[in-house]
Amino acid sequence: MIFLELFWTFFKIGAFTFGGGYAMLPLIQEQVIVHNWLSEEAIVNFIAVSESTPGPFAINIATYVGSQVGIASYNQNLWFSVLGSFSATLGVVLPSFIIILLVAKFYQQFQNSHTVKGLMTGLKPAAIGLIASAVVSMATTVFAPVGFGFDIFKNLQFYISAAIFILCAFLAFLKRKKIPPVVVICISAVLGIATGYIFNL
Amino acid sequence: MTKFKKALKLFITFFKIGAFTFGGGYAMIPLIQHEVTEKNKWITDDDILEIVAIAESTPGPIAINSATFVGYRVCGVLGSALATLGVVLPSFIIILAISFALAAFQELRAVKYAFMGIRAGVLALVSKALITMFKKCPKGWVSYAVILFAAIVGVFTDINAFIIIIISALFGLVTYSIINRGSQK
Repeated sequence: MIFLELFWTFFKIGAFTFGGGYAMLPLIQEQVIVHNWLSEEAIVNFIAVSESTPGPFAINIATYVGSQVGIASYNQNLWFSVLGSFSATLGVVLPSFIIILLVAKFYQQFQNSHTVKGLMTGLKPAAIGLIASAVVSMATTVFAPVGFGFDIFKNLQFYISAAIFILCAFLAFLKRKKIPPVVVICISAVLGIATGYIFNL
Repeated sequence: MTKFKKALKLFITFFKIGAFTFGGGYAMIPLIQHEVTEKNKWITDDDILEIVAIAESTPGPIAINSATFVGYRVCGVLGSALATLGVVLPSFIIILAISFALAAFQELRAVKYAFMGIRAGVLALVSKALITMFKKCPKGWVSYAVILFAAIVGVFTDINAFIIIIISALFGLVTYSIINRGSQK
Protein backbone atom coordinates (compact mmCIF):
# COMPACT_ATOMS: atom_id res chain seq x y z
CA MET A 1 0.00 0.00 0.00
CA ILE A 2 1.29 3.39 -1.01
CA PHE A 3 0.80 5.07 2.39
CA LEU A 4 2.70 2.36 4.20
CA GLU A 5 5.47 2.63 1.62
CA LEU A 6 5.64 6.41 2.11
CA PHE A 7 5.78 5.96 5.86
CA TRP A 8 8.48 3.29 5.77
CA THR A 9 10.66 5.08 3.20
CA PHE A 10 10.62 8.32 5.17
CA PHE A 11 11.13 6.43 8.42
CA LYS A 12 14.38 5.01 7.00
CA ILE A 13 15.41 8.44 5.71
CA GLY A 14 14.76 9.96 9.15
CA ALA A 15 16.70 7.22 10.90
CA PHE A 16 19.76 7.55 8.68
CA THR A 17 20.16 11.33 8.49
CA PHE A 18 22.84 12.74 10.75
CA GLY A 19 23.46 16.47 10.96
CA GLY A 20 21.21 19.33 10.06
CA GLY A 21 20.62 21.38 6.95
CA TYR A 22 20.89 19.40 3.75
CA ALA A 23 22.17 16.15 5.27
CA MET A 24 18.85 14.60 4.28
CA LEU A 25 19.06 15.69 0.65
CA PRO A 26 21.10 12.79 -0.78
CA LEU A 27 18.81 10.19 0.84
CA ILE A 28 15.67 11.98 -0.35
CA GLN A 29 17.09 12.32 -3.85
CA GLU A 30 17.93 8.63 -4.05
CA GLN A 31 14.75 7.22 -2.52
CA VAL A 32 12.29 9.57 -4.20
CA ILE A 33 13.80 8.92 -7.63
CA VAL A 34 14.06 5.15 -7.09
CA HIS A 35 10.34 5.08 -6.23
CA ASN A 36 9.56 7.32 -9.18
CA TRP A 37 7.73 9.75 -6.91
CA LEU A 38 9.27 13.00 -8.16
CA SER A 39 11.81 13.97 -10.81
CA GLU A 40 15.22 15.33 -9.88
CA GLU A 41 14.12 18.65 -11.35
CA ALA A 42 11.03 18.76 -9.11
CA ILE A 43 13.21 18.11 -6.05
CA VAL A 44 15.53 21.01 -6.88
CA ASN A 45 12.49 23.24 -7.51
CA PHE A 46 11.11 22.24 -4.15
CA ILE A 47 14.33 23.14 -2.30
CA ALA A 48 13.63 26.72 -3.36
CA VAL A 49 10.05 26.51 -2.08
CA SER A 50 11.30 25.06 1.21
CA GLU A 51 13.87 27.85 1.62
CA SER A 52 11.12 30.42 1.09
CA THR A 53 8.64 28.91 3.56
CA PRO A 54 9.07 28.42 7.31
CA GLY A 55 10.02 25.13 8.89
CA PRO A 56 12.72 22.50 8.51
CA PHE A 57 13.55 21.10 5.07
CA ALA A 58 12.92 17.53 6.26
CA ILE A 59 9.30 18.18 7.22
CA ASN A 60 8.63 20.34 4.18
CA ILE A 61 9.89 17.79 1.66
CA ALA A 62 8.18 14.86 3.40
CA THR A 63 4.86 16.71 3.40
CA TYR A 64 5.29 17.68 -0.26
CA VAL A 65 6.29 14.24 -1.55
CA GLY A 66 3.45 12.69 0.46
CA SER A 67 0.86 15.03 -0.94
CA GLN A 68 2.04 14.59 -4.54
CA VAL A 69 2.15 10.80 -4.29
CA GLY A 70 -1.16 10.59 -2.45
CA ILE A 71 -3.02 12.72 -4.95
CA ALA A 72 -1.47 10.99 -7.96
CA SER A 73 -2.32 7.51 -6.66
CA TYR A 74 -6.00 8.09 -5.97
CA ASN A 75 -7.69 10.04 -8.75
CA GLN A 76 -6.82 13.54 -7.60
CA ASN A 77 -8.67 13.09 -4.34
CA LEU A 78 -7.61 15.81 -1.88
CA TRP A 79 -8.04 13.65 1.21
CA PHE A 80 -5.58 11.12 -0.10
CA SER A 81 -3.06 13.85 -0.56
CA VAL A 82 -3.50 14.82 3.12
CA LEU A 83 -3.15 11.16 4.10
CA GLY A 84 0.01 10.86 1.97
CA SER A 85 1.54 13.92 3.62
CA PHE A 86 0.63 12.60 7.03
CA SER A 87 2.24 9.19 6.38
CA ALA A 88 5.50 10.63 5.07
CA THR A 89 5.79 13.30 7.78
CA LEU A 90 5.02 10.88 10.59
CA GLY A 91 7.66 8.56 9.13
CA VAL A 92 10.38 11.18 9.02
CA VAL A 93 9.63 12.44 12.56
CA LEU A 94 9.20 9.14 14.41
CA PRO A 95 12.83 7.87 14.47
CA SER A 96 14.09 11.17 15.94
CA PHE A 97 11.29 11.24 18.45
CA ILE A 98 11.92 7.72 19.74
CA ILE A 99 15.70 8.05 19.81
CA ILE A 100 15.67 11.42 21.60
CA LEU A 101 13.31 10.04 24.25
CA LEU A 102 15.78 7.22 24.89
CA VAL A 103 18.76 9.57 24.91
CA ALA A 104 17.00 11.97 27.30
CA LYS A 105 16.49 9.08 29.70
CA PHE A 106 20.05 7.74 29.48
CA TYR A 107 21.80 11.05 28.94
CA GLN A 108 24.98 10.39 30.95
CA GLN A 109 25.70 7.04 29.35
CA PHE A 110 25.05 8.48 25.90
CA GLN A 111 27.28 11.50 26.40
CA ASN A 112 30.26 9.45 27.63
CA SER A 113 29.85 6.56 25.26
CA HIS A 114 32.93 5.75 23.19
CA THR A 115 30.77 3.84 20.75
CA VAL A 116 28.69 6.94 20.00
CA LYS A 117 31.83 9.08 19.58
CA GLY A 118 33.38 6.47 17.31
CA LEU A 119 30.28 6.16 15.12
CA MET A 120 30.08 9.96 14.87
CA THR A 121 33.66 10.23 13.57
CA GLY A 122 32.44 8.27 10.55
CA LEU A 123 28.92 9.69 10.26
CA LYS A 124 29.79 13.39 10.08
CA PRO A 125 32.15 13.15 7.11
CA ALA A 126 29.85 10.61 5.40
CA ALA A 127 27.08 13.23 5.41
CA ILE A 128 29.44 15.70 3.74
CA GLY A 129 30.59 13.25 1.07
CA LEU A 130 26.99 12.30 0.29
CA ILE A 131 25.90 15.93 0.01
CA ALA A 132 28.80 16.47 -2.38
CA SER A 133 27.46 13.65 -4.55
CA ALA A 134 23.97 15.19 -4.32
CA VAL A 135 25.43 18.49 -5.55
CA VAL A 136 27.00 16.72 -8.52
CA SER A 137 23.70 15.16 -9.51
CA MET A 138 21.90 18.51 -9.03
CA ALA A 139 24.50 20.20 -11.23
CA THR A 140 23.76 17.66 -13.98
CA THR A 141 20.06 18.54 -13.80
CA VAL A 142 20.76 22.25 -13.88
CA PHE A 143 23.40 22.40 -16.61
CA ALA A 144 22.63 19.39 -18.78
CA PRO A 145 18.99 18.33 -18.36
CA VAL A 146 19.20 16.09 -21.42
CA GLY A 147 22.60 14.61 -20.58
CA PHE A 148 26.22 15.65 -21.02
CA GLY A 149 27.65 15.78 -24.48
CA PHE A 150 29.34 18.11 -26.91
CA ASP A 151 26.09 19.78 -27.91
CA ILE A 152 25.41 21.24 -24.44
CA PHE A 153 27.75 24.06 -25.50
CA LYS A 154 25.37 24.87 -28.34
CA ASN A 155 22.51 25.11 -25.88
CA LEU A 156 21.64 28.66 -24.81
CA GLN A 157 20.02 27.45 -21.59
CA PHE A 158 23.39 26.08 -20.47
CA TYR A 159 25.03 29.51 -20.66
CA ILE A 160 22.11 31.23 -18.93
CA SER A 161 22.09 28.70 -16.08
CA ALA A 162 25.86 28.98 -15.75
CA ALA A 163 25.68 32.79 -15.57
CA ILE A 164 22.90 32.72 -12.95
CA PHE A 165 24.79 30.09 -10.95
CA ILE A 166 28.00 32.14 -10.91
CA LEU A 167 26.18 35.29 -9.84
CA CYS A 168 24.24 33.48 -7.08
CA ALA A 169 27.35 31.69 -5.86
CA PHE A 170 29.09 35.06 -5.66
CA LEU A 171 26.17 36.47 -3.62
CA ALA A 172 25.93 33.40 -1.37
CA PHE A 173 29.66 33.42 -0.61
CA LEU A 174 29.91 37.15 0.15
CA LYS A 175 31.76 37.46 3.45
CA ARG A 176 30.94 41.04 4.42
CA LYS A 177 27.20 40.97 3.97
CA LYS A 178 25.07 37.94 4.67
CA ILE A 179 22.40 37.66 2.01
CA PRO A 180 19.40 35.53 3.04
CA PRO A 181 18.71 32.51 0.81
CA VAL A 182 15.22 33.83 -0.01
CA VAL A 183 16.82 36.91 -1.62
CA VAL A 184 19.16 34.74 -3.71
CA ILE A 185 16.14 32.71 -4.85
CA CYS A 186 14.16 35.84 -5.78
CA ILE A 187 17.07 37.24 -7.79
CA SER A 188 17.55 33.95 -9.65
CA ALA A 189 13.80 33.77 -10.38
CA VAL A 190 13.75 37.28 -11.84
CA LEU A 191 16.81 36.53 -13.96
CA GLY A 192 15.22 33.29 -15.15
CA ILE A 193 12.01 35.03 -16.21
CA ALA A 194 13.85 37.92 -17.89
CA THR A 195 16.26 35.76 -19.89
CA GLY A 196 13.52 33.26 -20.69
CA TYR A 197 11.36 35.89 -22.37
CA ILE A 198 14.26 37.80 -23.97
CA PHE A 199 15.72 34.71 -25.66
CA ASN A 200 12.33 33.05 -26.11
CA LEU A 201 13.59 29.71 -24.75
CA MET B 1 1.19 25.22 36.52
CA THR B 2 -0.42 21.86 36.02
CA LYS B 3 1.28 19.36 33.80
CA PHE B 4 -1.34 19.67 31.10
CA LYS B 5 -1.15 23.46 31.00
CA LYS B 6 2.63 23.28 30.74
CA ALA B 7 2.38 20.85 27.85
CA LEU B 8 -0.09 23.13 26.10
CA LYS B 9 2.29 26.06 26.55
CA LEU B 10 5.05 23.93 25.02
CA PHE B 11 2.84 23.21 22.03
CA ILE B 12 2.08 26.90 21.46
CA THR B 13 5.72 27.93 21.89
CA PHE B 14 7.04 25.36 19.43
CA PHE B 15 4.23 26.09 17.01
CA LYS B 16 5.44 29.71 16.95
CA ILE B 17 9.04 28.56 16.49
CA GLY B 18 8.02 26.31 13.61
CA ALA B 19 5.96 29.04 11.97
CA PHE B 20 8.58 31.77 12.08
CA THR B 21 11.93 30.17 11.24
CA PHE B 22 13.09 30.14 7.69
CA GLY B 23 16.01 27.97 6.72
CA GLY B 24 15.56 24.97 8.97
CA GLY B 25 17.12 23.52 12.09
CA TYR B 26 20.14 25.68 12.84
CA ALA B 27 18.14 28.87 12.25
CA MET B 28 15.80 27.65 14.98
CA ILE B 29 18.39 27.40 17.76
CA PRO B 30 18.47 31.12 18.68
CA LEU B 31 14.68 31.23 18.69
CA ILE B 32 14.43 28.13 20.86
CA GLN B 33 16.97 29.65 23.20
CA HIS B 34 14.99 32.87 23.49
CA GLU B 35 11.62 31.20 24.06
CA VAL B 36 12.75 28.34 26.24
CA THR B 37 15.46 29.83 28.46
CA GLU B 38 14.83 33.57 28.54
CA LYS B 39 11.07 33.85 28.27
CA ASN B 40 9.75 30.71 29.92
CA LYS B 41 12.83 29.75 31.96
CA TRP B 42 12.15 26.08 31.35
CA ILE B 43 15.81 25.17 31.08
CA THR B 44 19.22 26.86 31.45
CA ASP B 45 21.64 28.12 28.80
CA ASP B 46 23.98 25.21 29.46
CA ASP B 47 21.17 22.83 28.67
CA ILE B 48 20.68 24.50 25.30
CA LEU B 49 24.27 23.75 24.32
CA GLU B 50 23.73 20.20 25.47
CA ILE B 51 20.63 19.95 23.32
CA VAL B 52 22.46 21.16 20.23
CA ALA B 53 25.22 18.62 20.84
CA ILE B 54 22.70 15.81 21.20
CA ALA B 55 20.63 16.92 18.23
CA GLU B 56 23.76 16.76 16.10
CA SER B 57 24.76 13.28 17.21
CA THR B 58 21.38 11.60 16.83
CA PRO B 59 19.58 10.94 13.57
CA GLY B 60 16.86 13.20 12.23
CA PRO B 61 16.27 16.89 11.74
CA ILE B 62 17.71 19.27 14.37
CA ALA B 63 14.32 20.96 14.81
CA ILE B 64 12.56 17.72 15.75
CA ASN B 65 15.39 16.56 17.99
CA SER B 66 15.47 19.83 19.94
CA ALA B 67 11.68 20.01 20.31
CA THR B 68 11.48 16.43 21.57
CA PHE B 69 14.36 16.94 23.99
CA VAL B 70 13.13 20.24 25.43
CA GLY B 71 9.60 18.86 25.72
CA TYR B 72 10.85 15.83 27.62
CA ARG B 73 12.94 17.93 30.02
CA VAL B 74 10.01 20.22 30.76
CA CYS B 75 7.25 17.67 31.24
CA GLY B 76 8.02 14.16 30.16
CA VAL B 77 6.66 12.18 27.25
CA LEU B 78 3.49 14.27 26.98
CA GLY B 79 5.62 17.42 26.72
CA SER B 80 7.87 15.93 24.06
CA ALA B 81 4.90 14.80 21.99
CA LEU B 82 3.21 18.20 22.10
CA ALA B 83 6.42 20.17 21.46
CA THR B 84 7.21 17.99 18.44
CA LEU B 85 3.67 18.26 17.10
CA GLY B 86 3.89 22.03 17.54
CA VAL B 87 7.10 22.40 15.57
CA VAL B 88 5.89 20.16 12.73
CA LEU B 89 2.36 21.48 12.29
CA PRO B 90 3.05 24.90 10.67
CA SER B 91 5.27 23.37 7.96
CA PHE B 92 2.77 20.62 7.38
CA ILE B 93 -0.16 22.98 6.90
CA ILE B 94 1.73 25.51 4.79
CA ILE B 95 3.33 22.96 2.44
CA LEU B 96 0.10 21.05 2.01
CA ALA B 97 -1.64 24.27 0.96
CA ILE B 98 1.22 25.27 -1.34
CA SER B 99 1.52 21.86 -3.00
CA PHE B 100 -1.85 22.33 -4.70
CA ALA B 101 -1.01 25.83 -5.86
CA LEU B 102 2.42 24.69 -7.06
CA ALA B 103 0.89 22.02 -9.28
CA ALA B 104 -1.56 24.54 -10.76
CA PHE B 105 1.06 27.19 -11.51
CA GLN B 106 3.93 25.01 -12.66
CA GLU B 107 2.70 24.84 -16.24
CA LEU B 108 2.73 28.62 -16.72
CA ARG B 109 5.46 29.88 -19.01
CA ALA B 110 6.73 32.55 -16.61
CA VAL B 111 6.85 30.04 -13.73
CA LYS B 112 8.85 27.62 -15.87
CA TYR B 113 11.37 30.34 -16.64
CA ALA B 114 11.47 31.37 -13.00
CA PHE B 115 12.28 27.82 -11.91
CA MET B 116 14.96 27.51 -14.59
CA GLY B 117 16.72 30.44 -12.91
CA ILE B 118 15.88 29.23 -9.41
CA ARG B 119 17.46 25.81 -9.97
CA ALA B 120 20.78 27.49 -10.74
CA GLY B 121 20.35 29.66 -7.62
CA VAL B 122 19.53 26.64 -5.44
CA LEU B 123 22.63 24.86 -6.70
CA ALA B 124 24.67 27.83 -5.47
CA LEU B 125 22.94 27.75 -2.06
CA VAL B 126 23.46 24.02 -1.54
CA SER B 127 27.11 24.32 -2.64
CA LYS B 128 27.55 27.03 -0.03
CA ALA B 129 25.91 24.83 2.65
CA LEU B 130 28.24 21.99 1.67
CA ILE B 131 31.34 24.15 2.09
CA THR B 132 30.11 25.48 5.46
CA MET B 133 29.61 21.91 6.68
CA PHE B 134 33.05 20.92 5.42
CA LYS B 135 34.67 23.77 7.37
CA LYS B 136 32.91 22.68 10.58
CA CYS B 137 33.84 19.02 10.19
CA PRO B 138 36.69 17.65 12.37
CA LYS B 139 39.95 17.63 10.41
CA GLY B 140 42.20 14.60 9.97
CA TRP B 141 42.77 11.73 7.59
CA VAL B 142 39.81 9.68 8.84
CA SER B 143 37.40 12.51 7.95
CA TYR B 144 38.98 13.15 4.56
CA ALA B 145 39.03 9.45 3.71
CA VAL B 146 35.33 9.04 4.58
CA ILE B 147 34.33 12.20 2.68
CA LEU B 148 36.16 10.98 -0.43
CA PHE B 149 34.76 7.47 -0.07
CA ALA B 150 31.15 8.66 0.33
CA ALA B 151 31.41 11.22 -2.49
CA ILE B 152 33.06 8.88 -5.00
CA VAL B 153 30.81 5.91 -4.27
CA GLY B 154 27.78 8.24 -4.28
CA VAL B 155 28.62 9.77 -7.65
CA PHE B 156 29.95 6.77 -9.58
CA THR B 157 28.01 3.77 -8.31
CA ASP B 158 24.42 2.79 -7.64
CA ILE B 159 25.24 1.65 -4.11
CA ASN B 160 22.52 2.65 -1.69
CA ALA B 161 23.23 5.71 0.49
CA PHE B 162 22.09 3.75 3.58
CA ILE B 163 24.91 1.26 2.97
CA ILE B 164 27.46 4.06 2.51
CA ILE B 165 26.34 5.54 5.85
CA ILE B 166 26.59 2.19 7.68
CA ILE B 167 30.07 1.47 6.28
CA SER B 168 31.26 4.99 7.22
CA ALA B 169 29.90 4.66 10.76
CA LEU B 170 31.62 1.31 11.28
CA PHE B 171 34.86 2.64 9.80
CA GLY B 172 34.65 5.60 12.20
CA LEU B 173 34.04 3.27 15.14
CA VAL B 174 36.98 1.02 14.26
CA THR B 175 39.49 3.83 13.67
CA TYR B 176 38.29 5.66 16.80
CA SER B 177 38.81 2.55 18.95
CA ILE B 178 42.28 1.93 17.48
CA ILE B 179 43.42 5.55 17.89
CA ASN B 180 42.04 5.82 21.44
CA ARG B 181 43.15 2.39 22.61
CA GLY B 182 46.00 3.86 24.63
CA SER B 183 43.85 6.38 26.48
CA GLN B 184 41.27 3.87 27.66
CA LYS B 185 41.82 1.23 30.24
